[in-house]
Amino acid sequence: MEGAMQTESKIRADSGTEHGPRGPGCSLRHFACEQNLLSRPDGSASFLQGDTSVLAGVYGPAEVKVSKEIFNKATLEVILRPKTGLPGVAEKSRERLIRNTCEAVVLGALHPRTSITVVLQVVSDAGSLLACCLNAACMALVDAGVPMRALFCGVTCALDSDGTLMLDPTAKQEKEARAVLTFALDSVERKLLMSTTKGLYSDAELQQCLAAAQTASTHVFRFYRESLQRRYSKS
Amino acid sequence: MAEAAGVPAESLAGCRARAARTVLDQVVLPGEELLLPEQEDGEGPGGAGERPLRLNAAARSRGRVVCGPGLRRCGDRLLVTKCGRLRHKEPGSGSGGGVYWVDSQQKRYVPVKGDHVIGIVTAKSGDIFKVDVGGSEPASLSYLAFEGATKRNRPNVQVGDLIYGQFVVANKDMEPEMVCIDSCGRANGMGVIGQDGLLFKVTLGLIRKLLAPDCEILQEVGKLYPMEIVFGMNGRIWVKAKTIQQTLILANILEACEHMTTDQRKQIFSRLAES
Repeated sequence: MEGAMQTESKIRADSGTEHGPRGPGCSLRHFACEQNLLSRPDGSASFLQGDTSVLAGVYGPAEVKVSKEIFNKATLEVILRPKTGLPGVAEKSRERLIRNTCEAVVLGALHPRTSITVVLQVVSDAGSLLACCLNAACMALVDAGVPMRALFCGVTCALDSDGTLMLDPTAKQEKEARAVLTFALDSVERKLLMSTTKGLYSDAELQQCLAAAQTASTHVFRFYRESLQRRYSKS
Repeated sequence: MAEAAGVPAESLAGCRARAARTVLDQVVLPGEELLLPEQEDGEGPGGAGERPLRLNAAARSRGRVVCGPGLRRCGDRLLVTKCGRLRHKEPGSGSGGGVYWVDSQQKRYVPVKGDHVIGIVTAKSGDIFKVDVGGSEPASLSYLAFEGATKRNRPNVQVGDLIYGQFVVANKDMEPEMVCIDSCGRANGMGVIGQDGLLFKVTLGLIRKLLAPDCEILQEVGKLYPMEIVFGMNGRIWVKAKTIQQTLILANILEACEHMTTDQRKQIFSRLAES
């Protein structure tokens, strides 16, 4: 199942609309998503953004160890495995961010004393990794039938030294950028669920990036809807 | 946020609530809100609170709308919590407003009271058996919950046996409990499932499809070989035919039914009937 979504949004009020795959105008890379590709997990999804690809598997609601059980809601665990090497501190911090986002959205109160585990495997990393992980996790949770109060998506923005905003940056653009900001937004009112930022930026630039991310998230949610409709139309 | 003013407000507002009637049999996503038929009247030209007077009796029998799997009550609206197709069933005897639910495809089973399931006995502790039903907790089954069982006459159940039973207690807060007798004390097909045969797992949606009344697949499969078959709502099917090869063929057909179209299935059945 593929969906090619290209969006150009004008961020600088003075410049005209720029066309071009990754020019000064902002565009999201090509998306693709596949669901239910693994036989063992209760839900699985693979999400591609340009060359970045993440595979997610969800197990749950399943048994939980007595030491980890919470009496009134489900215990959510996220495991992120990098492409090579052992998981380190960066993976742990990304796991925590993804877990906080999922906890805000999953209706854990319907399954107390159970565990919902999301396992993410990085297949290839070409920039915007955290956003791709969030998207893959959301699609896998939907595939597993875990009850949620909304869908969520991740969008990354990068600000370079002249202040130009780039959405969905590649690895090279992230490295040369002055600041990289990742936002997780929900589908109901595009509210902010999680944000993580790195680098130097001003208050006005933050608001600008957030607005651009909210616009971009509309396209991501439309893509979700199309790929889920395609999945259910086959049966 | 003056620079971003070019973005129209509607695109950021997300989906506003839609009437449930207009979305029937369409794919709905988690987070969508649905309006029930009563609420749509209030949103017509009458405005807030005014309802057009109706003189026909049908308008009065609105009654209770039952909110099925995949939907939650959220204020006076329905919130969709799972992705799938929205379905509606009209009330049979006129009372109540019918049932709304979401048909979703899932592999993981969550115990529901009254469901008949196939479980595997994993432990015997004192007077109860622990039975694995595929949910988050093993269900408990008392040894007295079999037909004709008394304290002196214990049922012959070992660890590893297959049990077909139904849930009497199944909610999110308590450990699920199952029994192998119905409310009159009769087994009614439940109990320990016999020797041999093959147990395999399919998705929950396929089981519901196979157990629907007038299922074509089942009628066609029944014509192939003489066999015994037990369906558990937890996605487990037990099949037994005369030879091992026939059993395996039946298991493969039922697993593949999910992905095949009607024509492909008819082709395969006709090929098997010939050989």
